[in-house]
Formats: sequence, structure tokens, C-alpha cells
Amino acid sequence: MRIKKSIAISESGFMFNPITGESFTVNPIGFEIIQMINDGLESAQIIETICKKYQIDPQTFDKDLTDFTGMLDNHHLSQHHDQEEA
Amino acid sequence: MEKLRYERPIIRRLDSEMPNKFGMRTDYRPTTQIDGVPVKSLIDKFGSPLFVISEKVLRSQYRKARKAFTTRYPKVQFAWSYKTNYISAVCNVFHQEGSWAEVVSGFEFQKALGNGVKGSKIIFNGPDKSEEDLEMAIQHNALIHIDHLEELYTLTELAERHNTKPRVAIRVNMDTGVYPMWDRFGFNYENGQAWDALNKILHSGRLELVGLHCHIGTFMLSAQAYAVAAGKLAELAIGVQRKFNHTIKYIDMGGGFTSRNTLKGAYLPGTDTNPSFDDYAEAITTALLNADFSSEFLPTLVLETGRALVDDAGYILGTVISNKRSSKGKRITIVDIGVNLMFTSFWYDHKVTPAQEFTQYTEDTTLNGPLCMNIDVLRESVSLPLLNKGDNIVVHSVGAYNMTQWMQFITLRPAVVMIDNDGNPHIIREKENLNSVNGQERIPNHLDHFEL
Repeated sequence: MRIKKSIAISESGFMFNPITGESFTVNPIGFEIIQMINDGLESAQIIETICKKYQIDPQTFDKDLTDFTGMLDNHHLSQHHDQEEA
Repeated sequence: MEKLRYERPIIRRLDSEMPNKFGMRTDYRPTTQIDGVPVKSLIDKFGSPLFVISEKVLRSQYRKARKAFTTRYPKVQFAWSYKTNYISAVCNVFHQEGSWAEVVSGFEFQKALGNGVKGSKIIFNGPDKSEEDLEMAIQHNALIHIDHLEELYTLTELAERHNTKPRVAIRVNMDTGVYPMWDRFGFNYENGQAWDALNKILHSGRLELVGLHCHIGTFMLSAQAYAVAAGKLAELAIGVQRKFNHTIKYIDMGGGFTSRNTLKGAYLPGTDTNPSFDDYAEAITTALLNADFSSEFLPTLVLETGRALVDDAGYILGTVISNKRSSKGKRITIVDIGVNLMFTSFWYDHKVTPAQEFTQYTEDTTLNGPLCMNIDVLRESVSLPLLNKGDNIVVHSVGAYNMTQWMQFITLRPAVVMIDNDGNPHIIREKENLNSVNGQERIPNHLDHFEL
């Protein structure tokens, strides 16, 4: 998956969808994950990177990552590589 | 390199179309300690969930209430409401401060006696007093508050049988201008039932009428209702003096004062809106002092306030079990505190704070307990910082009713700890064990064996 190209993301974690006019905020770790997604990292790589940096086990973070990417999808901010941008 | 503290990732939509007059930021700060004792150490030592009571807050609340009344009225007596919290250590804090006992059952009566309260300083309320209960109360010279005519007749009969004159008051209900009107306790003022009961007592001469009592409601958000009630009881007392030349020694205003909790559905927080002890004291004492009592016959003012004294001294500590999402995408956090322990979660939006540091990020969360029941909801919607599995939370102002109305369901009830004035924690009620439940059970012989 990747974040849609039309979504504006600031370094402070503020996101804006110009298509719908909706604004979002993410916390610092959420911002890190979005950057990793945009850099093309797969889930396994994201899990490895975060678990090296933070006090968290891979199983718990895997669950949180799935939840987070699910919410990105739910808010129509992400798309899968084979999808056209809406 | 030391790893950084983890916070789970969140994304939150900014809803600008629904402005919040209180601002975006919640005022939550972590509650890392209670009276100087770290929350984590309490959970490590005594387990989770855990009820914690601050002796310091119990005493300061009592002294605050007492001061509010004694600075305004010359004769004041508090009576600790056992039903609000009858753990003996809690009761004894109030007895040490000078409170009598106010009980509503034979069980509570025996508990008060067991705590060392003299029978003559026990007020016996409640609609269900058995003949044995009444005999016990007569034997200990307690103050019996008569709830209905059946009780009055039983008491008269017992007085004859034992050739004694029990000390009694009648419970009076009335319209104080609030809704709902509590008219199930005692005799009604407006329709003449109260006078009917007084006439029966004073003409019979079998009982010694010493007081008048009312219990006008619970969590009363209007202090003025007490002024109305005090005025009506004063009128009855003066009427008794005129008609029978009989002096009513005390007027008991019951309980019902609020704590700092916020009632469900309230728009503003209870800390900002609920009346203070001074508000109640001003209303009640002004009404009594302005009544036509001469100084000689000014009755003692008895107060049975329970919740307002104990609620804010009680906390329950818990632990996060899991985070989930509802079908609609809402955050659900499951903790190990169920509604079976927190009966008052059906009444209040309890304040909940994490017990560890957190960032400014919050999520609208439904806080569920661990029971296998859909009604197990501690907070339907609360803006909480991001909690991880194993994190601890502190629920505030749970000292009233939870430790008397809690249910043993699915699992065993937790320990209760009191932190003394010097910051030392003491277990005041042990955590239950399997024998607490199985010890009461009996298995008939034919059900003793089975093969699977």
C-alpha cells in the first residue's frame, strides 16, 4: 500500500485531503509509519524497524499496525499499488 | 541504546464543524500516585483491580462538612451511613471523628455494634425491620426511625411485651419542589399521614418520640430542597410542642448530598456544578433557625450524609487488557474493572485517568470491563490518551456504594486498601478466594459424583 499522492502531509503530522476537504492529525509514531509506507517498506520491515527503536514486541505492534493501516484505508487516505487513485 | 517508550500509532480526523466550547485539549494528567504511594507499587503488591481509600480524604471531607454545619448551627450530630460503605475500617474513621452510626438493616446494626458503637448512638432506618431486628434495637436503646404503620404497630406491641418505651422518630416524606419526589420512605407530610402517625404515637404513650427524620432524595443538585424539607419538619416539631407539650429533640435531614461525580447526561462537570457542604448547610440551618423554635427547644440537627464524605476518597485501580475497534471504527479499550465492581458506572461518568505518563494525543474511547456481558461499559465515550496493554488506569470518586453493592460475578472481588495519614497502605478487606464462594455452598449426596 501507499499514501495517495493527492494527500498533503506536513512534518508535524497534519494531513489534508484536498478531494474531500478533510483534515487529519497523526501522532509521531504514526507519522514515522506513513513515511515508511511512502518509502515503500513492507509490513515486516516496518515492524522490524519500530520494534528495534521502541519498547514494543512484534506481535503487539503487528496488531497496532494493522489497526492503523486499516484506519488510513477507512479514511480513504491510502491505496494499494494495483489501485487507481480516486 | 535504550529503546524509546512506545505509543501506538493513531490517526484522528479533525472535526471543525462541531466546535467544543471546552476546547480541544482534555485536562487529563496522569495519576501516578495516591497520597504519595505510587499506583504501580499498589498494583504490584495487592493486584489489579484494586480499591484504594484515602484516610486523609475521609477525614478532611468529614471535617469540612462538620465545619460547614457547626459554624452555622449550635447542635449538630453526624451519623455515618453504613450502606454507603460499611467496611469496618472506613466506618471507624468516621466513628473516631465523632459520627454515630446510621443503619438500615439488622445486619448493619450488628456490624455497628461489632465496631464498638453503643446502641444508643445507632439510628435504625429502613423499611424492612424484622421483629428480631426491632427487639435488638429496643434492647440496645437505639433510635428507631419508623417507616410505616405496620412497623409502628409491631413496635407498640413489642414495647408492651417488654414493658419498655423505645426511642423513636418518624420518617417523613414530602414535596420539596424537586422531581422525582421521594414518597416511599415514611409518612407523607402534605396528605396528613405524618400527623396521623404522630398522633398515634403520642396518644398511645407506649413510645418515646424523640425525633423527626426525612430522606428527600439522592445526589440532590438543589440545596434549596433541603431548606423546604427542614422548614416542614420544623413546622411538625413546633406543632407537636403546641399540641402535646412534647419536645422533639432532633431533626434528622438524612443524606443525599452530592459528591464531585458527574451524573450521566449532565452537560457540565460535577466539580463545577454540584452544591458544596456550605450550600447545604446554609439552606438547612437557615430554615431551622428561622423557624419558631425558642432557644431552649432548638432541636439537634442530625445528618446522615454518606456519599459526599466517602465518594471522593475512593479510587479503583485497573489494568488494560486489550484495545479493539468497534464495527463502526470506534476505539474500544478493555480493562479488568467490570460494572460488577463499579455499580456507580450506571449513574456517573466517572473520571478516568491513566496511571503513567502520556502524550497529548487522545482517542474517543469506549471503556469496557472484562465481563461476558454487553452492559459491561464503564464509560460509553471518553477522550482518553493512548493506552497500551498492561497500562494502568485510575477511576476516581468510587468510594460510595461500590463496596456495598458490588457483585461477585464470574470472578472474585478484589482487595480494598486504605492509605493512612502517613502514607502507609493497609489491607482493610482481603481479596476473595475460591472458598469465599464455595464455602457457602452445599452439595446434596446424590449430586456428589458424576462420570464424564
